[in-house]
Parts: sequence; structure tokens; C-alpha cells
Amino acid sequence: MRSTRMMAAIAAATAAFTAVPLLAQTQQPKSAADGIAEYRKMLEDGNPAELFEAKGEDLWKTPRGPKNVSLEACDLGLGPGVVKGAWVQLPRWFPDTRKVQDLESRLLSCMQTLQGFDAAEIAATPFDKGEQASVTALAAWISSMSRGMKMALPQKHPEEKRAYELGKRAFFYRGGPMDFACASCHGEDGKRIRLQDLPNLTKNPGDGVGFAAWPAYRVSSGELWSMQRRLNDCFRQQRFPYPGFASDVTVALGVYMGVNAKGAESIAPAIKR
Amino acid sequence: MKIRHLTALAVIAAGAAQAQTARQLDQQTAAMMRASFRDQGIATVERLNQDDAQKACSQAKPPSAAVAKKIETAQLAAVKWPSDGQFIGDWKEGEKLAQNGRGMTWTDASTAAAKNGAMCYNCHQIDKKEISFGTIGPSLWNYGKLRGVADPADPASAAIVKYTWGKLWNSKAYAACSNMPRFGHAELLNEQQIRDVMALLLDPKSPVNQ
Repeated sequence: MRSTRMMAAIAAATAAFTAVPLLAQTQQPKSAADGIAEYRKMLEDGNPAELFEAKGEDLWKTPRGPKNVSLEACDLGLGPGVVKGAWVQLPRWFPDTRKVQDLESRLLSCMQTLQGFDAAEIAATPFDKGEQASVTALAAWISSMSRGMKMALPQKHPEEKRAYELGKRAFFYRGGPMDFACASCHGEDGKRIRLQDLPNLTKNPGDGVGFAAWPAYRVSSGELWSMQRRLNDCFRQQRFPYPGFASDVTVALGVYMGVNAKGAESIAPAIKR
Repeated sequence: MKIRHLTALAVIAAGAAQAQTARQLDQQTAAMMRASFRDQGIATVERLNQDDAQKACSQAKPPSAAVAKKIETAQLAAVKWPSDGQFIGDWKEGEKLAQNGRGMTWTDASTAAAKNGAMCYNCHQIDKKEISFGTIGPSLWNYGKLRGVADPADPASAAIVKYTWGKLWNSKAYAACSNMPRFGHAELLNEQQIRDVMALLLDPKSPVNQ
């Protein structure tokens, strides 16, 4: 019943989305962004990310995997089982794996160590399939537990500092048939591709923008995207080869963007067009 | 005296260590890129191999004026001018290409130029009737008109016609670190497609020049 009503609300809002920006557009070019903001506001009470959050909470607490245990002993950086506030401090250094890890790569470690899943197999699974879908739902719930908190990635450990430097270099790395780097689209203020606003990720782009907005529910595809998925599609559009799930470059870019976003309020999981 | 001498030495040593670290981080970045990506369809890991222009423009800081000049000279020398001397095609085809943002991703089947769009509206305003345009590049509305092109075949227009072809073929010939792809140089568009985009920008009959 609740979900039927929610679906109807989404359908109505989606219809409004197609009309609002165009109408607004004829009056003033910039107001497309206002139209989209309005549309996001309309959906705030019924962000379908809630469904993923509920699923993620269940997945965290339910005994699963070959070892049939829950993830409640998983350390996301603030101690075993501490979820609140963990998201706004990731990626960070973990002494047990001796790696800087983002939320998704940390979840893979916990699923392998605690539950007996094969992390490499999950990393190689396509998005939204099998245990990949579990990682996405877990990321939705875990990030929601930091909603309203400010990004505060630690930069004390030398490996955290090194990851920032590598992420910065990756951000400006030009390549491929179109000579694109992340910086080609996300290196300046106030730019757009078509009507889509592009956050400047070389600095703090503001509350709930850029790194502080993902994971997010994407209305256009009806999917929940983690930051890993967001980066994957950026690289596709950059005409780069395929980035491995939780690969070093994706984690390093997370550190670069997350540290730059220091103090920005997290609204994840957000809702996107 | 001695103290000052030692301080100077310490500064030099620190500088050397820093340069060493920067070089190490560059090497670690290259290794990280190699290890993190894999082939998918047409998007192979060879795309990570940088040419001189890509390498020089991969830092927050632009390269020195001398390095930029060297890149621009080399890129200009590599421009291929139209084989039959024809610079201008059909603006209607050019508009279709400008609207089309497809091609060269790992979800595309072929790298053939004929399958690609020119994706101009992603970054530029062109025909004012199209309200969905990007702002990474400058507006191209009235491109030919503003530059006084009444007839692209007139010798008086030759310089701007040639420049526009060169810019579309290889944007780095005029700005080493331009954000714009090198459409001809990288074989993203073929000669005829570039002629059509040229017409969209320069043909007095094109809606862009009304």
C-alpha cells in the first residue's frame, strides 16, 4: 500500500520533472537548475532510497554468508559495529587490512572476513546483481546514518595523505580518445554539460553536492548508485577503460574528493534526476 | 656564516627530497592507473597511454608557455587539411552531428568515426533554438556572422575558415590544454563530418548565422 502510493507520487513527480524545467527554461536559462531543485524537494518525502536503506539495515543485522553471521561486528573506522558517523570519515586507513578503504571496499573486507563471502567474486559481479546489490543497499543504509553530518575524512596517517596525492593526480590525468580527465568537467565553478550542473570537485562544492550526495537514487534509471557506480559511469563517459570495483584509483579519487569536501553536509543517499 | 651555510644546505636537501617524493608519486600514479583499469569492449587499457599533449596537461597547473608553444606547434603540423580543398559541407548534417553525443564509450560497438556524434551541444551554445546546451566551451551562436563571413569561399574569409577547420581537427594546435577533443586528429570524425560541422558554424544559410 505504502509503496503503491510512493510509486504514484514518483510517477507524478517524474511527469512534473519533464514539464517544469522546460517551462522555466523559456523564461530564463539558469532556471532549469531551479526546476530540478524544486523537483527534488517534491520527492524528499518519498525518496525511494528509503527502500534500499531498509534493505541495507536488514542485511547488516541478519546472519548471512557461508559462516552465517551478521555484519554487526564490522569496523567501519569508528570501532566494531559503529555505523553512525562512519560514512563522513570514509575513505580512511584500516590497520587490519593495511589499506585505505572506501565504504564499498571496506564492506567487501567485512563480508569476506566475517561472513565468508569471496570479496574478489563480489567485486567482479555486475552492478545490481547478486551480492553487489547487497553492497549497494548496505551503502545506502550506512550513509543514511550520517545524514546531516559534515564530511570529516581523516588525513593523519601517511597512507591517507598519499592516497590524497594519488587521487589528485588521477583527477587531472588526461587520456583516451577525447583527452578527458575528471578535471575537464569538474575543475571549474558554474559549468554545465547540456543542462546538467557540474560540481567543481577540486574544492568543497557545498553542502549536499558532489561527494556529499552519493550514494543516490537515480530517477532516470530507477536505481540506487553508490559512489563506486557513480565513478564507473564517469569513466565510461570520459571514454576511459573500465575501472575495477573498489580498485585503488576509485578509492584514491574518493579520498581526494572527500577531503576537498571537508565540512560539507552529507545528504546521502540523495535523489537525482 | 657557517650556520647560514648549513641552513642553505638543509633547504636544498629538503627541496631535493620533495622533488623525489613528487616523482615517486607520479610513478605510483602511473602504476595505480595500470592496475585499476581493464579492457571493456572497444575501451581498451591502451587509452591510458598518454601522448605529449595529454601528459603536459595532466596537472592542476598548466605547463609553461614554452612547453605549451612546443605542443601547439607540433599539433598544428599534424593537422590534415581537406584533401579536395572543400571546407564546407551541409549545415543540416552538421546540426545532427552537433546534437549527437554518442560514441567511443565501452557501451558503443564500434570506434568508426561514422558511428560517432560531434557532441558540440554538450559544451557549447550553437543554434539559439536549442536550449539544452553546455557551458564548458564558449557560445558559438552567430559564429560566422560575428567573424564577418558572408561567403566562406571568398578569399577574405580564408583565414577564419582555415582556423576553424584546424580547431575542429586538432584543438590543441591553438591551445595546448584545450578541453575540446581533437576530432580529426583522434579520428573521432571523418573529413565529411567535419565539413558538415564547419557548415553549421560558417554557412551564412545556417541557423547559427541568422
